[in-house]
Amino acid sequence: MIDFRTRPDDYRHWRLSIDGAVATLALDVDESGGIAGDYALKLNSYDLGVDIELADAIQRLRFQHPEVRAVVLASAKERVFSAGANIPMLARATHGDKVNFCKFTNETRNAIEDASAHSGQRWMTVIAGTAAGGGYELALATDHIVLVDDGATAVSLPEVPLLAVLPGTGGLTRVVDKRCVRRDRADYFCTTGEGVRGRRALEWKLVDELVPRSRLEDAVAARAGALAATSDRPADANGIVLPPLERTLGDDAVEYGHVHVALDRARGTATLTVSAPDEPPPADAAAIHAAGADFWPLALARELDDAILHLRFNEPALGTWILKTAGAADNVAAADAALAAHSGDWLVREITLYLKRVLKRLDVSARSLVALIEPGSCFAGTLLELALAADRSFMLDGSFEESNLPPATLRLTAMNTGPLPMANGLSRLQSRFLDDADALAAAHDALGSDLDAGAAEALGLVTFAPDDIDWGDEVRIAIEARAAFSPDALSGMEASLRFAGPETLETKIFGRLSAWQNWIFQRPNTTGPEGALALYGSGTQPSFDRNRV
Amino acid sequence: MQVDYNERIPNNVGLADDRRLLRALERWQPAFLDWWRELGPVGALEHEVYLRTAIGVDRDGWAHFDYARMPDYRWGIFLAEPVPERRIGFGIHKGEPAWQELPGEYRAELRRLIVTQGDTEPASVEQQCRLGLSAPSLYDLRNLYQVNVEEGRHLWAMVYLLHAFFGRDGREEADEMLARHAGDADKPRTLEAFNEPIDDWLSFFMYTFFQDRDGKFQLHALSESGFDPLSRTCRFMLTEEAHHMFVGESGVMRIVQRTCEKMREHDTDDVGPFGAIPLALLQKWVNFHYSICLDLFGSEDSTNAANYYAMGLKGRYQESKIDDDHVLADRMATVPALEDGKLVSREVTALKAMNETLRDAFVADSQRGINRFNKVIDHFGIDAALCLPHRAFHRNIGAFAGIHAAPDGTLVDEATWAARHDEWLPSAADRAFVQTLMHPVTEPGAMAGWIAQPRRGIHGQPLDYRYVEFH
Repeated sequence: MIDFRTRPDDYRHWRLSIDGAVATLALDVDESGGIAGDYALKLNSYDLGVDIELADAIQRLRFQHPEVRAVVLASAKERVFSAGANIPMLARATHGDKVNFCKFTNETRNAIEDASAHSGQRWMTVIAGTAAGGGYELALATDHIVLVDDGATAVSLPEVPLLAVLPGTGGLTRVVDKRCVRRDRADYFCTTGEGVRGRRALEWKLVDELVPRSRLEDAVAARAGALAATSDRPADANGIVLPPLERTLGDDAVEYGHVHVALDRARGTATLTVSAPDEPPPADAAAIHAAGADFWPLALARELDDAILHLRFNEPALGTWILKTAGAADNVAAADAALAAHSGDWLVREITLYLKRVLKRLDVSARSLVALIEPGSCFAGTLLELALAADRSFMLDGSFEESNLPPATLRLTAMNTGPLPMANGLSRLQSRFLDDADALAAAHDALGSDLDAGAAEALGLVTFAPDDIDWGDEVRIAIEARAAFSPDALSGMEASLRFAGPETLETKIFGRLSAWQNWIFQRPNTTGPEGALALYGSGTQPSFDRNRV
Repeated sequence: MQVDYNERIPNNVGLADDRRLLRALERWQPAFLDWWRELGPVGALEHEVYLRTAIGVDRDGWAHFDYARMPDYRWGIFLAEPVPERRIGFGIHKGEPAWQELPGEYRAELRRLIVTQGDTEPASVEQQCRLGLSAPSLYDLRNLYQVNVEEGRHLWAMVYLLHAFFGRDGREEADEMLARHAGDADKPRTLEAFNEPIDDWLSFFMYTFFQDRDGKFQLHALSESGFDPLSRTCRFMLTEEAHHMFVGESGVMRIVQRTCEKMREHDTDDVGPFGAIPLALLQKWVNFHYSICLDLFGSEDSTNAANYYAMGLKGRYQESKIDDDHVLADRMATVPALEDGKLVSREVTALKAMNETLRDAFVADSQRGINRFNKVIDHFGIDAALCLPHRAFHRNIGAFAGIHAAPDGTLVDEATWAARHDEWLPSAADRAFVQTLMHPVTEPGAMAGWIAQPRRGIHGQPLDYRYVEFH
């Protein structure tokens, strides 16, 4: 089983050091520390285990170190930055493992960009040795790339010429879309296994700065200082501690403080029930800081994040996730109000950004998402986003017979109108009403009101609103029908329908690039017995089916 | 200015009629000369040196002797005579006609092989640039300069391939070979062993014995290449490499002889006080140079090496004399490895073991040279012998990079290594002692006291010939 929980004391592959406003995160992969065992992580190549630690480090830098305004990504090894994703590991991995691995590593790189763009924690990379494939892609996720100009150090994306795959963590997209490298030069670069170094790398915008080896330390310090100076993070604040996340794993349930996951293997479903806070939020920012990781929105984000990853990696056969909530909507709305009221506070900002990333993780999960809005639920504000993220939602119109619970309601808060955008840059409401400004305005006008099933359906916030007579069959049939479809077709269909609206770097990476990559991963030219990935390292040359598809 | 390139640059590649080559060389040649003046042999630009120049590839042409100032040396471009109808001898293309043009699919691999080989040539000139100030005789000084100009020619040979076959990329690589410098903090040479200064003559002879022997095996492997121009270039370079190894082997041999004479004369092993180099020191220099040369062959288990072989780019030593199918698809080989802190053998595919196969040939050849030194010691009736340290000793690349081993292969811990390092490898005091012996001897026929006379002079000249005229 893959466990995503770790902490700096347990890192095997990264060295984190902090000097005032600048943190240095140095990659120092333990060759024998592969998460799945029987391959050697040579030349700072990485596998999922290395990336889990990276994701943890990014997260802790944001929450535990408000004083850190610039992060320098570097290698602790001589003459190598990183050779990218470990090839023997990839060659051995199942298709599902490859896809999940790429998705998670992409989310991790996006988290770096998110910190740079929104968190006042600016990332830069120092490349003083080979940066190939995923190694260079890691650098591409940062704001500034320093390359040692020693006549030998090169950046490269050798996936096509050497492995017959694509750079899997956004390399192609970031080269042309983020760094605006001319497409013909990018074409040359991506087909040149040995890569590009020195002056040409700079001229072609593959890196931002060339530095001779002897001046490296000074140049990096100067650049990190300049990046730090652009930050709005507070100088005198104290970070909060992120204690180990408590959870209980059972055969048919995963329990966290606010998230309960029931596993139904017969039906192929996982039901995630998210609970509202038991009480209103702390009164002011100081009290939020004092609550730290126990503050409900943060606790929720951490638990939901872990639950999503756990289900993705460890429960691949549970193809439908049923999303439910339970508790007092007033407390959810009050927590949202606290986030809005203190949005200028660095910690509150971090928490909101984290909620955004967790919900994005949900959006790109290859599972059918069905929201069930029942009496006793609290789909308000942040939790309403779960219903809006779902492929389909059912809201009970009225009450269940013999239940004394009042009918379910929905409530919009300020969290639904902007702070939690999807990968396409739009809120889930905007994405929902792409060409319908009136519908969007009507939804916004309803902010703060408790909306019963009729009102919610009229506003277009739920898919169906059956009454208690129809409810049981409608929901059951919807879930059973879903489970009968091809999981592959569903993944493709859902991913295509979820991200209406404009393209962004992220949608291109998760949509176009990942889709092509996942196709290539299935092709005999790559993974067949004579394919390049299968034969890599054997000394035997691949033989390709020369037909273009 | 019109330059007669056929006169200036002796060649058998049709230089004067090749616009592409001419354009490339017109730019590169001045940069090469600047490099030579700046980083070549120190204080030697005006010396007249009795040098051998290759002006053709045939029996008469390859060894033309005359005085020359080194910057005026006619660095030529020569390919060994073509083998008619030559076919690729190994790998998946075995039996196909050898490539006369660069095969596009292997462009990157060939470029890397040529650049890696090429980078070592100017590196060695840079490493040795101060030796001319302390030569033990005019004979040796001339040999040093001969080695230097030929390393320069080997650079030309590789640059020729880059210019002739790799277009703009090749020109840039050729420029980079003059931009990287041995020991330069900002732009070091590609391979670690080519960044250490060689600043005493014992090191020079060890270098030409071991490093140039590495060169011999690399060139042999490349001379098997299916890319015919590379093969022909390397075959011609091998004739010169043999001379460099002769300089190294005869140099060490003469030191051993002198040491033995002094041991007999004074009946002691400790001949240092009598101006000779003790055998124990020679052993430490052997340990150092041999071990760093083992690194030059790369990892025991190497995907790159497997690819180079399978692609038909780099073969084994004397490939055609090996009795097998030369494809090696299903063959296995054993390579040394480290498991749970123990030295063991491990099976890998024969293709991935290519580096180790070439290293084996180097080890055997080195051992034959060491045996010849020991015959000299024997001849003096001295009960001592030089030996090659274990492959695990003092390694920075491959299976043994992360551990410490004694010269006999016993694994030792960090503390033991630190404590005994100076017993096994040249210490600062050893190097300082050897430096005390390094005084220039410039009188024709005279020899420094720590080295015996060579058996004969160069090209039939007497030992007291003025091999170098100082100006």
